[in-house]
Amino acid sequence: MTKILEHLEEATIRFAGDSGDGMQLVGTQFSETSGFAGNEVNTFPDYPSEIRAPEGTLYGVSAFQVHFGTHNIHTSGDLIDVLVAMNASSLKVNMNNLKRGGIIIANTEGFDARNLGLAKYSANPLEDGSLQDYEVHAVDMTKEIKAEFGELDIPSKLIGKVKNIFSLGIAYWLFHRPLEPTVNWINKKFKGKDDVILANVHALRAGWNYAEKKGAFQRQYVVDRSPLPPGRYRSITGNEAVALGLVVAARKANLPLFLGSYPITPATDILHAISGYKKYGVKHLQAEDEIAGICSAIGAAFGGSLAATTTSGPGLSLKTEAMGLAVMVELPLIIVDVQRAGPSTGLPTKPEQGDLLMGMFGRHGEAPMPILAASGSADCFNITLEAARIALKYMTPVLLLSDGYIGQASEPWKIPTVTALPDIKPYFTKEQEGYAPYKRDPETLRRLWAIPGFEGMEHRIGGLEKEDGSGNVSSEGVNHEKMVHLRQEKINRIANDIPDAVVEGEQSGDLLMLSWGSTYGAAKTAYERLRAKGHTLSFLHLRYLNPFPKNLGEILTRFKRVVVPELNLGQLQWLLQAKYLKPVTGINKMQGKPFKSSELEEKLERMLTQKEVLV
Amino acid sequence: MKTVVDELLERPHAGNLVYTAKDFKPAVDVRWCAGCGAISVLSPSQRLMPDLGMPKEKIVYVSGIGCSGRFPYYMETYGFHSIHGRALAIASGLKIARPDLSVWVVTGDGDNMSIGGNHFIHTCRRNVDLNIMMFNNEVYSLTKGQYSPTSHRGQITKSSPLGALDDPFNPVALALGSGATFVARGHDKDRNQLQQLLKRAYEHKGVSFIEIYTNCRIFNDGAFDLYTNAETRDNHTIFLEHGKPLVFGKTRNKGIIMDGYTPRVVNLDQGEHSVSDLLIHNEKDSTLAFILANMTYSEDLPRPMGVLQAITRAPYEERVVNQIQHEIVTKGEGDLQQLLQGESNWLV
Repeated sequence: MTKILEHLEEATIRFAGDSGDGMQLVGTQFSETSGFAGNEVNTFPDYPSEIRAPEGTLYGVSAFQVHFGTHNIHTSGDLIDVLVAMNASSLKVNMNNLKRGGIIIANTEGFDARNLGLAKYSANPLEDGSLQDYEVHAVDMTKEIKAEFGELDIPSKLIGKVKNIFSLGIAYWLFHRPLEPTVNWINKKFKGKDDVILANVHALRAGWNYAEKKGAFQRQYVVDRSPLPPGRYRSITGNEAVALGLVVAARKANLPLFLGSYPITPATDILHAISGYKKYGVKHLQAEDEIAGICSAIGAAFGGSLAATTTSGPGLSLKTEAMGLAVMVELPLIIVDVQRAGPSTGLPTKPEQGDLLMGMFGRHGEAPMPILAASGSADCFNITLEAARIALKYMTPVLLLSDGYIGQASEPWKIPTVTALPDIKPYFTKEQEGYAPYKRDPETLRRLWAIPGFEGMEHRIGGLEKEDGSGNVSSEGVNHEKMVHLRQEKINRIANDIPDAVVEGEQSGDLLMLSWGSTYGAAKTAYERLRAKGHTLSFLHLRYLNPFPKNLGEILTRFKRVVVPELNLGQLQWLLQAKYLKPVTGINKMQGKPFKSSELEEKLERMLTQKEVLV
Repeated sequence: MKTVVDELLERPHAGNLVYTAKDFKPAVDVRWCAGCGAISVLSPSQRLMPDLGMPKEKIVYVSGIGCSGRFPYYMETYGFHSIHGRALAIASGLKIARPDLSVWVVTGDGDNMSIGGNHFIHTCRRNVDLNIMMFNNEVYSLTKGQYSPTSHRGQITKSSPLGALDDPFNPVALALGSGATFVARGHDKDRNQLQQLLKRAYEHKGVSFIEIYTNCRIFNDGAFDLYTNAETRDNHTIFLEHGKPLVFGKTRNKGIIMDGYTPRVVNLDQGEHSVSDLLIHNEKDSTLAFILANMTYSEDLPRPMGVLQAITRAPYEERVVNQIQHEIVTKGEGDLQQLLQGESNWLV
């Protein structure tokens, strides 16, 4: 039969099922294959905090969303074009985000009486006509897989485990994707387990063949290659990028790397990755608690390592006292906070941007600390190198903010050449003569660094206030005030050493949208769409939160209205207003989910057309 | 792959390696109270250092908070006066990053048994090669006199005016239970003995824990008199020596035998028991170490002093290095560019 081949600019597919259905795995495969096929890709893994929630439940649904296209893919997609639903619950919880007319690929076994009950459906939605606005493909996946296997001797237990791969096969057919990357991956992943390889490869083909031969699908879609800069690409999550950033930063600084960390969602993947880097000479300690995580890193920094600790919100709360110590002893340290929705345990697997003010002010005393925020998964790599540069150049702890969205989401990353990356310099003191630990470099105000093992420079540091220069313990009031100013001024001067903020669009005018951290993707997309519609607005994204870029205050004066979208109650908004006395409007969301670009687009459009100030 | 730290540390020691105790005294005033037990640990430490033959730039003292926390300021070595309870976490990171250093930790009964208790048990478990001196004065002194985790039940302090309700930790038993490989106890009235214990701790590879009874003249004066004063200590303590029978008493007329699993005091001058009946100390016997540690709060038994246990287990930082070496030997030194390439990638 003839199939219609349709070209699309972009599409969003979501694989949804039980926690144990392997949805994260097929989502990852689909995104990597899309990258391989030359698309821009952005993903969003969305899973419950329970490891294996009871099967079939609404709260046990695990999903992986992939947004791919030819141009400007900055987010994981707003509405779903294709939904793979392995059971009734996964259909139900995702219907709200399914595009009208979208495709549903449903596994009929997951719509039996038991599953329908768990999903609180009174009738089977696949049969009762309630989905008539959608293109529904109800597939008995087990039956189709068995048919494909034919005479092959494959344990029936295995068949149940490859339904996810079967659905991937359908998705590949639908978007005209090659099977080879996944077949190669299967061969590598299950090396030595021939029956598992056989089952997976056949299930993948079965899915493809089902779509190809059954004639159920009349359309196949093609998403053209993106005009990406040439080079070698891979798919990378923010957490992977931080881990790689740390090991590369240490290499570029020619320092040993030490990570002190305690497992916490959604930051643990950084610890996982670093613990596998032994052949790169990396040392790590899985500490007894968050405090020991940072303290061991401070100890390693005292000994001359590039030291880091990685955590998420509750862990950052526990680390605050030690962060103050790091400020006081002026040692280089990288603190990575993969933010999650709080307070307290909050929504452990869901993103929020609620830790900015804690990073700014969450320590007793005047304890200034540079703060950087990654704007996307791939940017986590660059920003980690930048955090290391600043930590070493200014002898300071640096707080690096990521979040549960970009930490776990992946996007294509143009792999840099290590040797081509700029060197990072540690500033050890070589002059024994007249060495004192709190003498400073006049330009940066960084204190002189000597590590144990340097002869003739034996000295003591600690949490007690130190005398300017000598570093002797001092509780003298005037000295303390001077030291408070010196520590603050040192951080302020970093503003001279970071790039100016860049405004996209008009350089002055009515409305500037200003984003930070992971909201970049949605904000940028909304900005581009509104521009395409003929609206006049400008856009600025901040990666440096403390200190701000030097020109930021002046930029704000050039715009009548400044709008800051944030996944919190308005923390950057608060900082901007406090520092620049400029009224700022917030667009705020705290649903444990990133912004949809359409949400921002709608709100901004209303502001632009109605000259509305408050949202 | 040689780092800039490796290169810097390869510079040979230029100065004289023959030190005297004076070389370890910095030009600052010691600000502890007159008669403080901590002072009695300082001088053996300064006297020990020249014996070690270690360049002093390789020696680091790390402390937490409390009166003990000031110790690093009084040693002319590298030092880090950290925050409350965290000395062991900081020292562990330092030692793992820099196994070439001799790292000493100075802590107290509040710092180490209370706020830092978690780091203590885990440091013992890991067997990081740190020398831990815990000054035990059975009271919080720097906060001016509250009961601590080693205060005895009924102890009257500012925060327990009617007597403390808590039972104390037995620090050496806690250390043993947490897997410490070297566990000892000393006190501030016998500096030579203390210096010997410190030397043993230095020589031991792996975690070394020394509980040191230090008298606080201001808030808990005389807490250890029975065990430390020359007139009474011989009858109320027993100094453990490897391979030797457990004899004690002013006239060496008493000993310890095992009655089933229970140690019991016997007289050696009544004809019923002789030295050959006595328990023989064996530092390598972990079961015995527990029995000895549990003599601590017994009213009928002398308090054990000296080395309770000294057993061998690979130090943690050595295992870290070995794991890295093993990985490099079996898989080759990592190619960073290859790591960045990942498992799958594509060309655009």
